[in-house]
Amino acid sequence: MNKTLVIIGHGMVGNRLVEEIRERDPAENWRIVVLGEEPHAAYDRVGLSSYMTESTAEELSLLTSGTQGDPRVELRTGVGATDIDRVTRTISTTNGETLHYDALVLATGSRPFVPPVPGSELEGCHVYRTLEDLDGIRSAAVPGTDGVVVGGGLLGLEAADALRALGMRAHVVEVAPRLMPVQVDEGGGAVLARLVGDLGLEVHTGVATSGAHAGEHGGLGSVTLTDGTEIETGLLVFSAGIRPRDELAESAALPLGERGGFLVDGNCRTEDPRVWAIGECAAVRGQCHGLVAPGYRMAAAVADQLTERGEAEFPGADGATKLKLVGVDVASFGDAHGASEGALEVVYANNAEGTYAKLVLDDDASTLLGGVLVGDASAYDTLRPLTGTALPGPPEQLLLPAAQAGGPSTGVLPDEATVCSCHNVRKTDITEVIASGAAEDVAGVKSCTKAGTGCGSCVPMLKNLLDEAGVATSDALCEHFSQSRSELFEIVRATGITTFSRLIAEYGAGRGCDICKPAVASILASSVNSHILDDEQAGLQDTNDRFLANMQRNGTYSVVPRVPGGEITPDKLITLGQVATEFGLYTKITGGQRIDMFGARVEHLPEIWRRLVDAGFESGHAYGKALRTVKSCVGTDWCRYGVQDSVTMAIRLETRYRGLRAPHKIKAGVSGCARECAEARSKDFGVIATERGWNLYVGGNGGFSPRHAELLASDLTNEELIRLIDRFLMFYIRTAERLQRTAGWIESFDNGLEHVREVVVEDSLGIAAELEAAMARHTENYTDEWRAVLDDSEKLSRFVSFVNAPDSPDPTISFTEERGQIRPEPIDLPMPVAQPGQDQVAEEVSA
Amino acid sequence: MRWHAVCREPDVPTDFGVAALVRGHTVALFRTGDDELFALGNVDPFSGAGVISRGIVGDRRGEPTVSSPMHKQVFSLRSGKCLDDPETRLPTYPVRCRAGVVEVGTS
Repeated sequence: MNKTLVIIGHGMVGNRLVEEIRERDPAENWRIVVLGEEPHAAYDRVGLSSYMTESTAEELSLLTSGTQGDPRVELRTGVGATDIDRVTRTISTTNGETLHYDALVLATGSRPFVPPVPGSELEGCHVYRTLEDLDGIRSAAVPGTDGVVVGGGLLGLEAADALRALGMRAHVVEVAPRLMPVQVDEGGGAVLARLVGDLGLEVHTGVATSGAHAGEHGGLGSVTLTDGTEIETGLLVFSAGIRPRDELAESAALPLGERGGFLVDGNCRTEDPRVWAIGECAAVRGQCHGLVAPGYRMAAAVADQLTERGEAEFPGADGATKLKLVGVDVASFGDAHGASEGALEVVYANNAEGTYAKLVLDDDASTLLGGVLVGDASAYDTLRPLTGTALPGPPEQLLLPAAQAGGPSTGVLPDEATVCSCHNVRKTDITEVIASGAAEDVAGVKSCTKAGTGCGSCVPMLKNLLDEAGVATSDALCEHFSQSRSELFEIVRATGITTFSRLIAEYGAGRGCDICKPAVASILASSVNSHILDDEQAGLQDTNDRFLANMQRNGTYSVVPRVPGGEITPDKLITLGQVATEFGLYTKITGGQRIDMFGARVEHLPEIWRRLVDAGFESGHAYGKALRTVKSCVGTDWCRYGVQDSVTMAIRLETRYRGLRAPHKIKAGVSGCARECAEARSKDFGVIATERGWNLYVGGNGGFSPRHAELLASDLTNEELIRLIDRFLMFYIRTAERLQRTAGWIESFDNGLEHVREVVVEDSLGIAAELEAAMARHTENYTDEWRAVLDDSEKLSRFVSFVNAPDSPDPTISFTEERGQIRPEPIDLPMPVAQPGQDQVAEEVSA
Repeated sequence: MRWHAVCREPDVPTDFGVAALVRGHTVALFRTGDDELFALGNVDPFSGAGVISRGIVGDRRGEPTVSSPMHKQVFSLRSGKCLDDPETRLPTYPVRCRAGVVEVGTS
């Protein structure tokens, strides 16, 4: 930290700059001092209106714990800058300090514009910019009375909605002949006025505010308009636009843009190479931008320059907007007003539904120039990236609601179209990472390209791009098998093949890999019922299955014995404690109501298991794509609310399905009443007691994309319940793809859960008896995998540290101690790099 | 070059890996389906853990490989080069089988 960066202003854009630099400056070259004039750290000003209704200041805060705890960053709230001396490179602050800078970024934002209305200084007149402004409006609001907002633009409508939320009759006064004159044309403005009128706002367009007049108590009593209207009111909010906060330019002797704002070049740099300006206070090549997305892009460009990633330019912004105002969708993009020479307009208005859409085309109607959407802005995500490109089809098809079925269409977008405008990510950037396999899901696209990590509005398009790529790519398991997992399952079932080597010889190519080998091993385990380490099968298993334990970051393993339903005797608890003490293991309670013991060396695993098996434990399959736990509440035995015996049912289910290999892990829960203490609806199958029996829910999970399980069948007897779960699980195992949890599998059917219900409950395919028989075979043939190893000297021989020194501890393993237990000694390496196309998200980390 | 006897031939099963300790080096030994032996460093360069011998043996476009069980990076058994990150490689050791005994060479 040898250089000091001072940022004046801690609004959304100033804060973004701090985050961008923290991310790009791992060498910590910069010490960052941020001055924030407001008493609060940066907050989500775009979401300011929600502060009136549902959000607290804490919820709106943008200050991350990472920034707060970062020793590089010194944030001073409630402190502004009064002077800048570029010769001595110092800043004077409002609390009398002098700060030195090596680089300076001005992010001072804007101030509200108050039009010259006589009486605007009266008590009761407010502006709409900060949390304090809103506090003031809130305390001045009197429900049931009239309130007036001057300005019918974006912010004005927000302010009017806030007054409405406070129970007031809100009037909106706009000088222009329509609402949102900058974004919306006359037709759109008419629909908008009608929609907000229906919601209870009083709209006055084409008139100005002529005066604010004092009432009996000296404060505001009424407002008059230029058309003679007089509104009795104690609350007036000016929301008629913003002006850049550029007053520091004078002491700094920095030039201003023609319409204000610090004049900067395309790199957001002022004429002083050590001084930049970003956000609303910056006049980039003379033009100010009042939206947050361009501000964020300026922050990114300046962060690149400060961390010497090159002369990054602010790529410009087009002022496209999509928002929900007063509950009404409004969007505008490109040349919304048809100002281009020869521009043609295509308008689709539906007065019955209150929707208005207009496309602006070039003079031969082939290129999209811009558009306006009111009432239904769902086409915005498709249309905006098409701006400036040839229309992919007849314009009305892009506008009509039918074109939107199934979400924004991305297939029509040209490769160069911008999908994520916050981070300026093109369609081709996204399709490339999908095609290379670097991104397999929305989360992958986000981490590879940053798309969708700004405002998030393009996330549905990312999903569509993935879907479209999915259609184009084959569902081949890997380079060795052109079949999918479910197809291979059918081949194994039909041919009776029992080995990987025969399957790959007859139906695949090459020698296999870490994708197809474990997948086939799982299929064989579900079909053949042999031990997963028999013969060549051992070499097919992922390390966790190969050692029947979970590998941890230093190469040691964790051991989780089964505790069905989470019920355990004191004697068994004592055994666990003794084993952990004897082998020096770290212990932790898992989320699945069992106990995990960490730090076991591979050569100690058999002895640990022997002790556990002797005490009546067995493998908990925490390492396998298999049934993990059936979590339960205490049920009727103890709980005064329980209506069924959830513990007994959980133990019965866990015992029935233990060891069942599946395309992914399976978790379950049983709750003894509707209070749902076992959190069964977050499980692949969840059982919830009713007065008359059990309700069965399927398709839930926690993890990366949490899902709630949905109801499959109600009020089942014990036997009905088990029969349906038998069928459900076996149907899943046969037809799901590799690493597909039950939620994704259910969604993969055209009718989703309805299809699963038809097959599982109504037996529409006539396979129910077969599924039940397959489950019966599994249950009959179950053996404990740990005990089977202990009884087999050949399998045991693989549990050694070194083939030529079976008892020598691996010298790469060492531990430290923390809070009275062992921890892996940190290894001095660069952080492990996430591997493209691999499954670490799906990997098992816990029981 | 010195050769060190490490184990008997059947101690390294086909399409499987085992770890060995050779003059203080931790070595991963593999045998592929066509009966070829390979010896590489056992420490995964991405995690620092001694786990390479526990990876899955296979091939990528014909090149014999092992994938690290830690985060699944794939390494060539022939060159030790990481096929997912060509900057990174595992050390390789000469290996041979004489009279049913597997030997690893060190310099």
